[in-house]
Amino acid sequence: MELVIYIRCFKGIVLREALRFIHQKERFFSALVRPLVWLGIFAAGFRSVLGVAIIPPYETYIPYEVYIAPGLIAMIQLFNGMQSSLSMVYDREMGSMKTMLVSPIPRWFLLISKLLAGVFVSILQVYAFLIIASLWDIIPPISGYFTILPALIVSGLMLGSLGMFLSSAIKQLENFAGVMNFVIFPMFFASSALYPLWKIEETSEWLYYFCFYNPFTYAVECIRFSLYSQINIEYTIGILIFTLIFLFLSILGYDPARGNLQKKAGK
Amino acid sequence: MTVALEIKNVSHKFGEFLALNDVSLNILPGDFTVLLGLNGAGKTTLYSLITRLYNNNSGSIKIYGFDVRENSVNALKNIGVVFQQPTLDLDLSVKENLNYHSSLHGISFAEANNRIDSEIGRIKLEDKIKSKVRALSGGQRRRVEIARSLIHRPKLLLLDEPTVGLDIGSRQMILKHVKSLCKKDNLAVLWATHLIDEIDKGEKVIIIDKGKVLESGDVSMIVRKTKTKNIRDAFNKLVGI
Repeated sequence: MELVIYIRCFKGIVLREALRFIHQKERFFSALVRPLVWLGIFAAGFRSVLGVAIIPPYETYIPYEVYIAPGLIAMIQLFNGMQSSLSMVYDREMGSMKTMLVSPIPRWFLLISKLLAGVFVSILQVYAFLIIASLWDIIPPISGYFTILPALIVSGLMLGSLGMFLSSAIKQLENFAGVMNFVIFPMFFASSALYPLWKIEETSEWLYYFCFYNPFTYAVECIRFSLYSQINIEYTIGILIFTLIFLFLSILGYDPARGNLQKKAGK
Repeated sequence: MTVALEIKNVSHKFGEFLALNDVSLNILPGDFTVLLGLNGAGKTTLYSLITRLYNNNSGSIKIYGFDVRENSVNALKNIGVVFQQPTLDLDLSVKENLNYHSSLHGISFAEANNRIDSEIGRIKLEDKIKSKVRALSGGQRRRVEIARSLIHRPKLLLLDEPTVGLDIGSRQMILKHVKSLCKKDNLAVLWATHLIDEIDKGEKVIIIDKGKVLESGDVSMIVRKTKTKNIRDAFNKLVGI
């Protein structure tokens, strides 16, 4: 199959996701309000309770709002990834996922295109958040606005493919709501988004390891370092491994021979 | 003559449940073939296997000679599908939906626009092309889905209970349109239904029940073979209702 056919297909999938996003203005609004509530209310109350020591990539003491900003950026992507999968569960129930899957273009390409389309939408949300966050004096170096981009692409892909895998394994929207509770909240709270890992280690060693091996922590830390134009090799390798694992699982979930679609059809 | 759809000895299980039992059938270009069966007879499972939503456990499915499992790209290029559930994006316009489908088949934007205008003209919905799908009636949405399934110029059209839930006027209009496509475009059509009144004399019928093909051939042959008066009686006798 010619390259131009793949390009047209990719463009079409991204355009559809962008159109859906534009048509659903409340989705954009709520995607922005959620982290801003954390920033404006939670951080304001919590800053006096939690002192953050100087830890990389920061070179000085920082306000709590600055600390949690990368975690909130990752939260935007986490919700977006899950929302994209939610739309896939909805799509599949409505049948339009089938329309995509019966295209002659290889299925792995269709699924990755859909994931990247979701990542593109999440990046728009993140930059809108960063603009508003500057009102709270969350202003990274100018270069950070550019160096954050590769981290956003990889973390968006990781969280999106996790959501896609879950969507392949879930039959109904009602079940999905349960998984949201069991996936989103534990991932977000048991990570370095709201408090540094050393603080957790002081409290509980097993919780520290749980947080340390949480894929979401890798997304938060990669975003944190990239926002200050730095790279942390450990977290970068970790996020790439998690991305490949989730991507593999999600493609397997939609594979016609082994996939979950077939198992569910028979239930 | 090339066979449009050739299914040989296809069986399919979901766990222990045998959804299709040694199904074989042939459809030729220009044929309008009705796949007649009650709900749960295995029609949708058969469609899912033909469109490779999942793989068949046994047997083979070929579309214009291309095996669905071994050469899915060429096989799927030749298929247009209208699924049982509505599959249009309600928040997008008719044109946006059709453009999206065109891109899934790698059709260029300019070519897609020409084909969309032509297909929308055939279903007489030119004035609705910019409307959101949400604003369309059930019958209009179905017509758009049929237009969409033809944009990439398939040679085999699969429709899974396309008229369920529609009023008599819409049902007749859709049926007439699809039958005319067979004659004009030499399109092979497999039309799954449980509505016997959608079958005309002289048409080919495949009766399926509990995953097994009970009889296939033209209406008069089935009536003769079952020693009944009409296709309704023949169907009732074969499935035991």
